[in-house]
Amino acid sequence: MITKKKVEHISWLARIKLTEEEKEKFTKQLNSILDYFETLDEVEDDVPPTHHVLGITNVFRDDMVKKSISQEDALSNAPKKERGYFKGPRIV
Amino acid sequence: MRQRKRGDTSRVPGLFSMNINGMREMFNSGDSVEETINSTFDKIERSKLNSFITLPKEVALEEARRLDKNGVKGMLGGIPIGIKDSISTKGIQTTCGSKILEGYIPPYDAHVIERLKAEGAIIIGKTNMDEFAMGTSTETSHFGPTRNPWDVKRVPGGSSGGSAAAVAGGEVPIALGSDTGGSVRCPASFCGVVGLKPTYGLVSRYGLIAYANSLEQIGPFALNVKDVALLLDVISGYDSKDSTSVNEKCEYLKELREDVSDVKIGVPKEFFGEGIDEDVEKAVWKSIKTLEDMGASYTEISLQHTKYSLAAYYIIAMSEASSNLARFDGLRYGLRLGKDKDWHTTFSEIKAQGFGEEVKRRILLGTYALSAGYYGRYYLKALKVRTLIKRDFESALKDTNVLITPTMPFPAFKIGEKIGNPLALYLADVNTVPINLAGVPSISVPCGFSGKLPIGMQIIGRHFDEATILRTAYAFEQSSGCDT
Repeated sequence: MITKKKVEHISWLARIKLTEEEKEKFTKQLNSILDYFETLDEVEDDVPPTHHVLGITNVFRDDMVKKSISQEDALSNAPKKERGYFKGPRIV
Repeated sequence: MRQRKRGDTSRVPGLFSMNINGMREMFNSGDSVEETINSTFDKIERSKLNSFITLPKEVALEEARRLDKNGVKGMLGGIPIGIKDSISTKGIQTTCGSKILEGYIPPYDAHVIERLKAEGAIIIGKTNMDEFAMGTSTETSHFGPTRNPWDVKRVPGGSSGGSAAAVAGGEVPIALGSDTGGSVRCPASFCGVVGLKPTYGLVSRYGLIAYANSLEQIGPFALNVKDVALLLDVISGYDSKDSTSVNEKCEYLKELREDVSDVKIGVPKEFFGEGIDEDVEKAVWKSIKTLEDMGASYTEISLQHTKYSLAAYYIIAMSEASSNLARFDGLRYGLRLGKDKDWHTTFSEIKAQGFGEEVKRRILLGTYALSAGYYGRYYLKALKVRTLIKRDFESALKDTNVLITPTMPFPAFKIGEKIGNPLALYLADVNTVPINLAGVPSISVPCGFSGKLPIGMQIIGRHFDEATILRTAYAFEQSSGCDT
């Protein structure tokens, strides 16, 4: 059972600001969807998880410098940039 | 001009649709690529389907003129194609059906786009989709819903609804979509076209803007099985830039023939459950019997963990989505609001304004499922259920080589009918999501009608055995006259 407070905490974790109306609506909807998910409680636990359906692991390449995207291309969609950097909001 | 064949199920009355062969005949008889591309754009501009978000007309016409000048070469030379708007196209707006990426212009092509261009295909435009591929009806798109060409008051399915509608509506002969939990097969079924989800790893995901990266694959749409096989030949294959891609392709078009004597069909009873519409069940069984008459055999089987697949799928997909969509913070691309506030508030407000309701809902659920104290109960548990479902498929596909089920429980529903009830919409994916969990390939082919609405049949195969499901689909299509 998720409370509205829990939904507020989740929205803080997810960095999505919710309106009061959204908090009410999502609390209701998330509860009914999570109720449906409870069906998994009846499944046995004694099974290895599948993280990757083909079982591939550790795909590496040789540590060689190759051609990369140019700085200009990388910045081409940046809403705010300065002297070749992405410009972000203040952290402190 | 090709006459409509008796039994044609993939051509909408009144709409002229052309397949790859038809287009090639036109080029061979002297029609220019430029004229063809021009009339393609005319058709789209007059259409009421809303299948496209972006139409890069000048770029496409320039490419067409270049082909007319230098000669039409390649497996798809001169053929117009629609591309789902979650697939990166260099220099062409790519939005994922979302406000948060409106105006985003990728500085690179997805791997599949490079392959298409190398074979001479012409990108007509970016097709409409549910926002970030989250949906079953293309109703969550920021750019409005796409309409089903068979009945414009109904949904085309989703999330690749724009691609399916563009093909069914005769706007383009082929298109690409992506399938995370049914997003190619569902609209193929609702729109009466052929759509295939490849085995996980067969087609590179480099450039596919991720929703749930352990589940999704880019897949082809066309009016017939042959064109789907050709498109798969072009887009599949190992790509070093996708560390989940593998080297397992074969020559799909070459392998097509009308021979199902070695085909052993498994019919899983769990996929014919309570919610399946009567007309759908009848049409699929009739098709299985058609294949039996052609030399295949069938047995009824059970995939016992099927009832857990929706919950497992949604937990995994939403968890991955919550991680994959965290990047839309307005720093490198995407929506940015006027004056920046502090770090947390800036990002939270961007996402509040940029994401639609369904996307927010799934990110919240995914965040919860991965959070401390809940990870074991939800995400890890879902991964264990995934193992059981995968094992069900592998063991069923030992004695059979294909499984046949209805693609969707019902034909296309009305726009607005289900969108108010998220859980009801999730339940519509009941027959498609288990396939993504197991990573096996699956094709949806038209197999009949419910009134005037198409019904799709799903043919599922062993990992990397697209050749057998394509062959089975082809043989069925040729015998039932259900091809265009």
